[in-house]
Amino acid sequence: MININSNNILKGWDRNTIAEKIANDLPHGSYVNLGIGMPELVSQYIKDDREIIYHSENGLLGMGPSPNENEIDYDLINAGKKPVTILPGGSFCHHADSFSMIRGGHIDYCVLGAMEISIKGDLANWSTGKGIPAVGGAMDLVAGAKNVFVMTQHLTKEGKPKLVNECSLPLTGASVVSRVYTDYAVLDITDNGFKVIKIADDIPFEYLQSVTEGKVYQ
Amino acid sequence: MEINKVKEKMTDLLSDVFDGATIMVGGFGEAGSPIELLHGLIDHGAKNLTIIANNAGNGNIGLGALIGQKQVKKVICSFPRSPKGITFAEQYNKGEIELEVVPQGTLAERIRAAGSGIPGFYTATAVGTPLAEGKEEKIFNGKKYILEEALHADFALIKAEVSDRYGNLFYNKTARNFNPIMSMAAKNTLVQAKKIVQPNFTNPEHVITPGIFVQKVIEIKEPIIETIAIEEGLTYP
Repeated sequence: MININSNNILKGWDRNTIAEKIANDLPHGSYVNLGIGMPELVSQYIKDDREIIYHSENGLLGMGPSPNENEIDYDLINAGKKPVTILPGGSFCHHADSFSMIRGGHIDYCVLGAMEISIKGDLANWSTGKGIPAVGGAMDLVAGAKNVFVMTQHLTKEGKPKLVNECSLPLTGASVVSRVYTDYAVLDITDNGFKVIKIADDIPFEYLQSVTEGKVYQ
Repeated sequence: MEINKVKEKMTDLLSDVFDGATIMVGGFGEAGSPIELLHGLIDHGAKNLTIIANNAGNGNIGLGALIGQKQVKKVICSFPRSPKGITFAEQYNKGEIELEVVPQGTLAERIRAAGSGIPGFYTATAVGTPLAEGKEEKIFNGKKYILEEALHADFALIKAEVSDRYGNLFYNKTARNFNPIMSMAAKNTLVQAKKIVQPNFTNPEHVITPGIFVQKVIEIKEPIIETIAIEEGLTYP
């Protein structure tokens, strides 16, 4: 067991590399919801061999990139309330229809950030248990999307594992995560533990196990 | 005599609002948020209101200002945090305002259900989380669901792009959001539209909210844009 402190924390993939790995796993023709923050990077790494349609919870299917300064329309925003654009072939709908896309199982993939992920696929990402509680659409996304991908740093800022036996924070959903992309590895949630799909070149397997609660296997 | 739901004065539009009313407020962030109607509600002065909205206001305009005037006793919403959501945060931290947090899709579906005569429904959203506590559970095909109940309101404050005298509405881009379903869920739906066309829509295919769901409409030609207003330090009253 390696004792983790700030001196021996290894550096794995940067966030752009993680985003690229997720982008490569999204099949052509997928309908995808990218969470606010780091997951938004994924759209920058979609290769030319595929077309992905982005959904935003506030009634936008076919979301495009940020507008130029002179094209900002405050009636055209994303779930993070930032101005965006709509691509040809896109559409608008009201909130119940937009969440039917999620809750009715029509969204193929959602990519979300995480505070904790348990070995059973439980996700905690909406509340630290302090401050004003605010959930947004996270619970709907994890309950409804066909595949729930998590994009996160492997360790908290304090150097503690985010992949744990049991989440200590309030859950967003129970047994909902399919796959976790961290700066150290890509891991699937399985009945036998966290299964390593890919591991960063500079990360020894023993180190990965030592910074992960619960069993990691190849 | 012709049907005409269009009002010239804000006081006529809001005349039926009463203390203790439950009021839905359309919009997601600033898009589709009926800021002028909320300012009308501040002038009206109704108190002890329960607000159903996605957010709990930003800055000291619109819903943020209504809360700032202490007219709201409870907020039912999915995301009460905004970059400048000061008025709600202040009162929440002092225990002066109640909050019910609802997952956004459940919020939308509870509103849609109310407008459609559906008293409740089962959903997988929030199962196994703190927001499922105290809710009836049921297993369908081996999977657990919780019971959620319809959310009704006495009034809905709605922002539309265009209306006609029947209250047929359409919206602009993502400013549609909660507005169509809230129009259906409230007993009295009060609308601000950027434009009122006379005598009616020329193309019925363009109607998103049919006029049966709307009681009163007022024309607000140049509504406040929240981002710009907050940047400029605008407050109300």
